[in-house]
Amino acid sequence: MAEFKEISPNASVGEKLLNWVDNRFPASKMYKEHLSEYYAPKNFNFWYFFGSLALLVLVIQIVTGIFLVMHYKPDANLAFGSVEYIMRDVPWGWLIRYMHSTGASAFFIVVYLHMYRGLIYGSYRKPRELVWVFGCAIFLCLMAEAFMGYLLPWGQMSYWGAQVIVNLFAAVPFVGPDLALLIRGDYVVSDATLNRFFSFHVIAVPLVLLGLVVAHIIALHEVGSNNPDGVEIKGPNAPKDANGHPLDGVPFHPYYSVHDILGVSGFLLVFSAIIFFAPEFGGYFLEYNNFIPADPLKTPAHIAPVWYFTPFYSMLRAITSEMMYALILCVLAGAYLGVTRFKLPATVKAGVLGAAVALVLMMWSIDAKFWGVVVMGGAVVILFFLPWLDNCEVKSIRYRPDWHKYLYGIFVVNFVILAYLGVQPPSPVGERVSQVGTLFYFGFFLLMPWWSRLGQTKPVPDRVTFTPH
Amino acid sequence: MKKIILSLALALGVVAGAHASGGDTIAWDKAPNKTNDLAALQNGARLFVNHCLNCHSAAYMRFNRLKDIGLSEQQIKDNLLFTTEKVGDTMKANIDPKQAKEWFGANPPDLTVIARSRAGHGGTGADYLYTYMRTFYRDETKATGWNNLVFPNVGMPHVLWELQGVRRAVFEERDEHGHKVEVFKGWEQITPGTLTPEQYDQAMADLVGYLQWMGEPAQNQRVRLGLFVMLFLLGFMYIAWRLNASYWKDIK
Amino acid sequence: MSDTPVDNSKRTWLIASGCAGAVGGVAVAVPFVSTFQPSEKAKAAGAAVEVDIAGLKPGEKITVEWRGKPVWIVKRTPEQIESLNKTESQLADPKSERKPSELTPEYARNQARSIKPEIFVGVGICTHLGCSPSDKFQTGAQASLPDDWQGGFLCPCHGSTFDMAGRVFKNKPAPDNLEIPPHMYLSDTKLLIGEDKKA
Repeated sequence: MAEFKEISPNASVGEKLLNWVDNRFPASKMYKEHLSEYYAPKNFNFWYFFGSLALLVLVIQIVTGIFLVMHYKPDANLAFGSVEYIMRDVPWGWLIRYMHSTGASAFFIVVYLHMYRGLIYGSYRKPRELVWVFGCAIFLCLMAEAFMGYLLPWGQMSYWGAQVIVNLFAAVPFVGPDLALLIRGDYVVSDATLNRFFSFHVIAVPLVLLGLVVAHIIALHEVGSNNPDGVEIKGPNAPKDANGHPLDGVPFHPYYSVHDILGVSGFLLVFSAIIFFAPEFGGYFLEYNNFIPADPLKTPAHIAPVWYFTPFYSMLRAITSEMMYALILCVLAGAYLGVTRFKLPATVKAGVLGAAVALVLMMWSIDAKFWGVVVMGGAVVILFFLPWLDNCEVKSIRYRPDWHKYLYGIFVVNFVILAYLGVQPPSPVGERVSQVGTLFYFGFFLLMPWWSRLGQTKPVPDRVTFTPH
Repeated sequence: MKKIILSLALALGVVAGAHASGGDTIAWDKAPNKTNDLAALQNGARLFVNHCLNCHSAAYMRFNRLKDIGLSEQQIKDNLLFTTEKVGDTMKANIDPKQAKEWFGANPPDLTVIARSRAGHGGTGADYLYTYMRTFYRDETKATGWNNLVFPNVGMPHVLWELQGVRRAVFEERDEHGHKVEVFKGWEQITPGTLTPEQYDQAMADLVGYLQWMGEPAQNQRVRLGLFVMLFLLGFMYIAWRLNASYWKDIK
Repeated sequence: MSDTPVDNSKRTWLIASGCAGAVGGVAVAVPFVSTFQPSEKAKAAGAAVEVDIAGLKPGEKITVEWRGKPVWIVKRTPEQIESLNKTESQLADPKSERKPSELTPEYARNQARSIKPEIFVGVGICTHLGCSPSDKFQTGAQASLPDDWQGGFLCPCHGSTFDMAGRVFKNKPAPDNLEIPPHMYLSDTKLLIGEDKKA
C-alpha cells in the first residue's frame, strides 16, 4: 500500500471523504492537472470556443441519441414509420429528433471551424503533431458516424446516398465488388445493411470517438495549448511568476470554464433558433427527399450527399478520364522535381522514378472512377500530414507574410465553392471549376513545403498580445 | 480578409437562390398561409377525409390528433371516422394497396408528410401541392382522362373535378433554340363546377393548409416554445457575459 | 480561503448563473424524462373497448381484450347470484376490503362486485402468479373442487378458486379477489371497458 495521506480529525466530512477517495483514485490530482492548475494562454480569442463546443455537441448527440434509440426501430419495414412515431406519438419526441438532426450539422460546422483555427495558428506544429493527428482521426470517424446515421431514417436520400457511396468501394480493383458485398451484407443496400449501420452508429463508432477525444485532450494537456500568437508560454525561456506558473497563462478553471460557458450560451442561442424556427434549414439539415420512404425501385432525380460531405463529393466527381491526364502530368512533374531539386542517393532517385512510372501505368489502366475514390479519401488523409508539410519558421498567421493570409482566404473560398458545386447536379462548367478547385486543394498541401518558406515573416513577440478587459 | 470571405459567401448564396424552379413544368403559385387559421384547417381536414382517404393513407396521423386544430373527440367520431371505429387509430386508406397498384399503375403514396417532401427550388411543399391541386386538365390521351401541369403524366385522376369543373389546358407552340416547345398559355372551362374558381382556390388553400399542418402537427407549439427559449437564452447569455467579465477583470 | 475578501461581482454573477443554469437544466430535463411516458400509440392501444352484450345469454361468458389483459363478461343466472351468499363464509375477503383502489372500484363494492347484479365484469388473471383461471360454472363435486362447489372459477396452475363474483376462497395460493376493471354502461346493452367517467 502506498503512503496514505492522513487528514486531521477536525476536518469536515467533505474533506475526509475527498481524502478517502484521493488515497485510492487520483481525483484531486487530475482536477489540478487538467483544470485548476492547467495553465492556458490568456490571449484566446473567438476561434478558441470551438473545441469545447465540439465536446458539447458530442454530448448532445449521445444523450439525444440514447433517447431516440428507445423508440427507433432498425428494420427496413419499420424504420421510417418509427421516426414519424417519434415525431408525433412520443411526448416531446419531435424536439429530441430535431436536436439530433440539427446537432449532426452543428457538429460539422463546429469541427470545420475548430480545424480552421488549428490551420491558421499553427496548432498542429511541433510538439502538437499528435494532437492534430488524433483530431484528424476524430474527423474521419465523425464522417463515418454521420454517413451511417444518415441511413437510419430510411428515406429516399438515406437509401440512395448509401447505395452510391457503398458502390464507390466496388470501384477498388480486384477486391471492390466483394468488399461492397461485405459492407452491405447483401447485393443491394437492404435491411442487413441498416442493422449493421445501426450497430456501428449507436455503439461502435461512438466508443471509438470517445476514446479518440480523450486521447486528443490528454495529448493537448501534455504539451499545453497553442495561442493566436504562436508564442510558447511554457517554454524554457518563457517568463514565470514566483510560483513557477507561466506569466502569460491563466488556470483553465475558473477562467476558461467561465469563458466557455459564454461560448456555450452563444452557441445554444443559434442552435435553438434553428431547432425551433427552421429545423429543416432550407432542406440542408433535413433533406426534403428524405420524407419519402426508401424505394429501391425508384432513384430520385438528383442524389447529393448531406452538405458537410459535398466538398469531398465535388472532388470525387471532378476525377473524370479527362482529369486523369492532368493528374498524370502532376505525378510526372512531381517525380521530375523530386529527382532534380533534392540531393538524394542514386538508389532513392531510381526508386522515386520507378514508383512514378508504376503509378502512371496504374492511372492509365484503372478506371477514373477508382481514382475519384482515391482522391476523395486522399483529401481527408492529406490533413494528417499537415505538421510535416508546413516549413514556415513562424507558427501563427499573424506573423506570416501578408500574402499567406490571402492564400488561406482562397483556400476557404475554394472549399466553400467545392461544397456548393457538390450540392448541384453535374454540369460542364461545374465540372471544370471543381477540377481546378481539386487541384488547388491538393496543391495547397502538397506544395506547402515550398510556399510556406517563401516571403518575409514578421518578428514574433516574446509575450502574447493581450489587452486586459 | 474575413470581409472578402464573407462577401464571396454571400454572393454564392444569392446565385444559389436565384436558381429558377424545375425544368419543363410551370412555376408554383404561393399557397396562402393557413397555419394559424383553425377554421381553414378543420375544413381542410374534412376535405381530406372525404376525398383523399379513399385511395391515399396518412398512416402516421392519428384521428385524435385533430383535437389540436380545435375539433372535439365527439366531432371527430361523428364526422370523420369512416375507415375505422376508434378515434385513436391512424388514418388508413379505404383502398387495398394491391388493387390500387393495379388500377393506377402505382400505389397512391402515403400523404402524412407529403407537404414536407415536395418542397424544392420552386417553393415550399404547400406551394407545390396548392398548384398541383389546381392545374389538372382534361387529356383524352391519358388512361385516367386527366393530366396535370405540375406533375405531367401523373397517375392520379382529378378527384375534385366536380368541384372545379372540367377544364382544358391551352398550349402554344413556341420556337426555343431551334426546336418546338409546348408552352402553357391559359385555361378553357368546358363544364362548370359546383364551386366558383375563387371558392375552389379557397378550398384548395384549406386542404393544402391541412396537409401542411398534418406534415408536422407540433409546428405551432414548436414556434411558440422557441420564442420563450430565445428569451431565456438571451438572458442567460447576458449573465454568462457578466460572469466572464467578473473573472477576467483580474487578468492583466 | 477566508483571508481574501469576497469578490462581490463574482459572487453576484455566480449566483445568477447558478440559478439560471438550474432553471435551464430542469427545462431541458423535462422533455427528455417525458419521452418515457406512454406514447400516443400506447394510449391508443390501451384505449377503452366497447362491448355489445345484447346477445349475451344467462350463464354465458364472453372474453374481450383490454390493455393486453383478458376481461370476462358473465351474464349470471339468478342461481349464480344467489350462490354469492352461500360462499361468503369460505372466502378470504368477502367484502372486497383488501386493496380496494387496485382491485374494486367504488361502484363494484357490493356483494356481486358489479354495477348490475346480473352482469359480472372482471379481469381473468389469477392474483397469484398471473395464469388465466378456467370456468367452472357447473355446481357439485368435481376434480380439484370441494363437494359443495357453487360454481365459479378454478386456476389450473396452482389450484386457486374464485366464486361467481371473482372472490378468492380461503387457504388458496392467490391472496386477492379478481380485479374489477374500470367500466361503465353506455346503454343497457353497450358496455365500455377501461373507462368509468365521461371522458
